[in-house]
Amino acid sequence: MEVVRPEAWHKPLPDPDATERPFYEAAARGELRFQQCPACAHRQFYPRALCTACGAAPEWAIASGRGSVYTFTILRQYHAEHFRDELPYVVAMIELEEGVKMFGTLTGCEPEAVRIGLPVEAYAVEVEAGTAIPFWRPA
Amino acid sequence: MAARDPVIVGIGLSDYPKAPHLSTLEHHAQALQRALADSGVQKGDIDGFLCAGVSGTSDDAVMAAEYLGIRHRYIDSTMTGGAAFEFHVQHAAAALRDGLCEMVLVSYGSDFLSRMGRTLGTASFGSSRRVSGGAMWEAPYGLPLVGSYAMVAQRHIFEFGTTSEQLAEIAVGVREYAGLNPLAMYRDPLSVDDVLSSRMIADPLHKLDCCVVSDGGGAVLMTTEERARDLPQPGVRVLGAAGGQTHWNISQMGDFTRSAAQQCAPEAFGRAGVTPADIDTIQFYDSFTITVLVMLEDCGFCAKGEGGPFVAEGHLKRGGRLPMNTDGGGLSASHSGMRGIFLLIEAVRQLRGQGGEAQVPNCELALCAGSGGYLSCIGTVILGRG
Repeated sequence: MEVVRPEAWHKPLPDPDATERPFYEAAARGELRFQQCPACAHRQFYPRALCTACGAAPEWAIASGRGSVYTFTILRQYHAEHFRDELPYVVAMIELEEGVKMFGTLTGCEPEAVRIGLPVEAYAVEVEAGTAIPFWRPA
Repeated sequence: MAARDPVIVGIGLSDYPKAPHLSTLEHHAQALQRALADSGVQKGDIDGFLCAGVSGTSDDAVMAAEYLGIRHRYIDSTMTGGAAFEFHVQHAAAALRDGLCEMVLVSYGSDFLSRMGRTLGTASFGSSRRVSGGAMWEAPYGLPLVGSYAMVAQRHIFEFGTTSEQLAEIAVGVREYAGLNPLAMYRDPLSVDDVLSSRMIADPLHKLDCCVVSDGGGAVLMTTEERARDLPQPGVRVLGAAGGQTHWNISQMGDFTRSAAQQCAPEAFGRAGVTPADIDTIQFYDSFTITVLVMLEDCGFCAKGEGGPFVAEGHLKRGGRLPMNTDGGGLSASHSGMRGIFLLIEAVRQLRGQGGEAQVPNCELALCAGSGGYLSCIGTVILGRG
């Protein structure tokens, strides 16, 4: 996925633990990861130190970055600094081709044009050096 | 009825919806004083204490126990969001049956409105720039509380053709009951058009699809059937209580139209030995109109996806066959952050026949369904007239 580097990032930042950190580092290299269990094949996101289905240690898998909107909302009122200036904006749950769901801001089209089922692709926003988070836009 | 069957013998509400003269702990104290007066229970007899707190700090329950002067033999600080009190009833019932305590206080207090203003659903919580844990996967994107429920509503509309008009009917019905409650925050009659023409907050939820923000607290006293016989109020029996959790953060909700009520409501009904058709009134956590719709379906009052038409038929309104939130609910009367205890208190009032103008005729069975987090933790309690 494309990696975008904004001039500055004033919004909240992730504070990952050792299990979670590789996700953000991979995203900063343009790679979107999720986890798959070698024991039971269960796929999950967000990453954890155990498989939520069977308890085994999960492994990383790489996602295509393609998916579709599972659900979304258009935010029209929010008092938090750095978000209120961007209203209205879309936050969506994306169902990836690989079956896991990821969360994030959907950009690149008018909010009113967003529909459940809309095909989207991930892009990475580098929020600080070596750490990126997925955003979404129409594919 | 067995000697150690759990019975609710006292209820108390602190001042609401606006109480700038009360702190959180003063809400706890006032609600307890009123529950003691209501029940005739001596404060020194309380030996079980259940408290979720509201500030979210880990010492809420023990701090409240110290302040109230509760010398407990049994304590539980289960915090499952606004549903905590339904979980507390489940836990207290088991503790009473097992003889771990004799007189239980479930306690809640909040000065949310006076301290935070009217922005519960759209406020910025926490000022920390670095976020860890499950919230880390959402915080950078800016989703206020109302947005989570909006995403549930959007999916429900997509899957089942639910309409904004149907959701609005929930707010309209609850408002009619608020008109009968002199303390309710909003009492003027409401129409579906009023809801639909109110400001959009997070599509598809309008301002009037969202609960009010208030101050308020509550206290519930529970004991055994044996002890309840000596007390003046008609006892209200805890017939079945069950809870469950599907996720905490909204982005971990697997299926956005199905809650843990699908699992815990049948368990509560099974324990009580009754079915949804037997229930005379429901007291549901109406944080948002969609919260009610999802739990209605999941509790088995209609099939999954049929909540919209069910609501539009008027069953939940005054005069309907399943009157809901007869105190005006969170949508119109009060919501001080975690409303689950108000559901219990209103159900007890109805089952005692103390509902006044809002009294449900021949009210023998009530279901309380609390939702905590983002439809994350659901607690269901079935109460019966003593």
